[in-house]
Amino acid sequence: MHIPDGFLSTRVWGTMDVVAAPAVALLAKRAQREFDHHKVPLMGVMGAFIFAAQMINFPVGNGTSGHLVGAALLAYTLGPAAASIVMTAILATQALIFQDGGLLALGTNIFNMAIAGVWLGYLPFAMLRGGKAGVFLGGMLSLLVSASLALTELLASGVPIPPAILALSGALFVVSAVIEGAITLAVVQALERMQPGVLRQPKGLNSRTGLVLGATSAALAAAGIFVASTRPDGIESLAQRTGIWSRVTTVFRAPMADYQTTLAITPWLGRSLAGLAGLALVYVVCLVISRMLVASRPPLSAAATPREGV
Amino acid sequence: MRHVRIDRWSRGESYFHTLHAAAKLVAALTLLLCIATLSVRSLVCCAVYLMVLTVSVKAARLPVGRVLLSASAVLPFAVCFAIITALSGEPDRAAMLLIRGYLSSLTALLLISTTPMPDLLAGLEWLRAPRFLVQVMQFLYRYLLVLIEEAGAMRDAAESRAGSVRSLAVRQAAGAAGVLFVRSWGRAQAIHRAMMARGFEGHIPRFREFPLQRSDVAFTLVAAALTVGFRTVLA
Amino acid sequence: MEVKSLSYTYEDGTAALREVDFELEAGKTVALLGANGSGKTTFALHLNGILRATSGTVSVDGLEMNDRNLREIRRRVGLVFQDSDNQLFMPTVLEDVAFGPLASGASPGDAAEKAHTALAKVGMGHKAGKAPWHLSAGEKKRVAIAGILAGDPRLLVLDEPTTFLDPPGQRGLADLLDSLPQAKLLITHDVPFARRLTGEAVFFQEGRIAAKTSIAAIVQEFGW
Repeated sequence: MHIPDGFLSTRVWGTMDVVAAPAVALLAKRAQREFDHHKVPLMGVMGAFIFAAQMINFPVGNGTSGHLVGAALLAYTLGPAAASIVMTAILATQALIFQDGGLLALGTNIFNMAIAGVWLGYLPFAMLRGGKAGVFLGGMLSLLVSASLALTELLASGVPIPPAILALSGALFVVSAVIEGAITLAVVQALERMQPGVLRQPKGLNSRTGLVLGATSAALAAAGIFVASTRPDGIESLAQRTGIWSRVTTVFRAPMADYQTTLAITPWLGRSLAGLAGLALVYVVCLVISRMLVASRPPLSAAATPREGV
Repeated sequence: MRHVRIDRWSRGESYFHTLHAAAKLVAALTLLLCIATLSVRSLVCCAVYLMVLTVSVKAARLPVGRVLLSASAVLPFAVCFAIITALSGEPDRAAMLLIRGYLSSLTALLLISTTPMPDLLAGLEWLRAPRFLVQVMQFLYRYLLVLIEEAGAMRDAAESRAGSVRSLAVRQAAGAAGVLFVRSWGRAQAIHRAMMARGFEGHIPRFREFPLQRSDVAFTLVAAALTVGFRTVLA
Repeated sequence: MEVKSLSYTYEDGTAALREVDFELEAGKTVALLGANGSGKTTFALHLNGILRATSGTVSVDGLEMNDRNLREIRRRVGLVFQDSDNQLFMPTVLEDVAFGPLASGASPGDAAEKAHTALAKVGMGHKAGKAPWHLSAGEKKRVAIAGILAGDPRLLVLDEPTTFLDPPGQRGLADLLDSLPQAKLLITHDVPFARRLTGEAVFFQEGRIAAKTSIAAIVQEFGW
């Protein structure tokens, strides 16, 4: 998912840099406050491992690649704030020294993987109170989110991605997501065996945090789509070029009969709604699964000590 | 801990090595920004940049051939994208992708080959990067070296038993990775304890004082002016 | 150094130390003997606060182990680890030895001076500019000790110091330690080495101190 320099339009990478910089500063302050000093060796070695694991990647689509992210794993062991910073450090080092990912596109990559990937990967884990399903789903979600965001940014920059390639990318990302979830789960279980209590057990999302996260995601989706739609003619031809548009309308035709009419009148509103609907769907799926599984979940570790929540 | 080749380069002696890290960072960033805006119409500027960078590498007393070659490490990956872009009907963009990728790689390489990692991180801190982030990068760098050493040791052990480690079954590889992790983690913990025992409290103290001098500022201003000048004039 | 009722339990419930009482006077040398896993190293890690007790107290020169005194205690109690490779982590010998004083807030000039003095004391002054990984095991051990001495400690705790050392190296180390006025705690399996430096010892068994007497008596009683 590391986007190199030269693919994103100035508007897109400029916006993402502006968004990512203060976010990282804020998260760094938060991480400094709550980070457990004794976790430094674990942080360093895991960071190094994930660094190495990320080097194994395969180009997907035009302008991005598929590989393991590791964001969820970091979030579960170090806490999401510290995880964001470790991920940022990894991305910065990769960009600076290994030329893996552009330097101007760094803000974008940080947003995709270190912020969205980490926090949205942490969401299922927190909601499902740290069970196996939470770990697996979180791993999947972190990769899906990072990949989707990358593709969206590329499309919004006017990068041509034929529908066939887009579909293939989507399929590859889904497969990677499953692998990411599985590996995250395996590593988490191995770590727990080696040193019980190494995972931060979340107390579960309290409603206020959940509300904030939900609102932020919604705002981000709307903002992202707004940015993309500042080139209105581009978006139209783009959507048609990639064949997305027809598929979106097909999916939403059944439950919302007059959705199409609204969309025809105000394209921007329509797209924002589509984006929001997508996010809401993800959220609802997680909620449903949590209701189903929380009651029957066997504890991951008997010696788990409750730590502070999100 | 053994240091890698770039680290050896970065402890050389030249005008570039004596410059303040923050000054170099800002100059490099300016150049990178200008490189990012290069297009097919500014090929002359690309050539000028390449010349200036090569001359700088020479002035930094680095092995020119090696450096130019190392900078191309970015190309294989960019080539994949370039091919896809060209096939999608934009060969210009594809070519620029490769050129820009190489130039930025060379710029970054020049920067890190003339600035030891601790100084580079100190430069970031000077530029008010978040402290926690700089600390994390420090540890990442340090424990990455530990990882490489442990991997090397394991490889030696495996080779002495198996003759060559070319083909590892996936299962064995996963097991080896697990062992590597545990060993590296253990060593990292031991090192961390040693550091704490000697009073380490979060950031590595700098042995050399690092005041920003006028000559450093002058360098940055001149470099930035030249960079932007070439870009605008040679558009 | 005074330790009262020190207990330490790991997160999974295993008790590593059970109600250990220990006292050490300034300038004295005591050997810490015991089987692997008996708690010797865990005990040592409590003496400068790397591990914090589950219950019980540790105090050095009257200073009780807590967050406020931690820095000062770490300066007074120097821990020399078993594997010097993990202890020497700076690019040159001088920078490594100067790390302690620098971390405590000394200026680079002062720190360099202290480092030079400490290196001279261990006989490694001529290697100040070398990289640590170019040194032999014995030299590394000396540099590690210099790194501790640079902070002007009151107590030296050495964890298996003769590991990796050849007989001449061991003899040299014994002579060096003998010449230092600080109190010393020697965690070791090497009984002849311990005998060169002291007659007293403490025997660890399953997280407890089973005996506090002469080395000879311990050897006899526990078949050590």
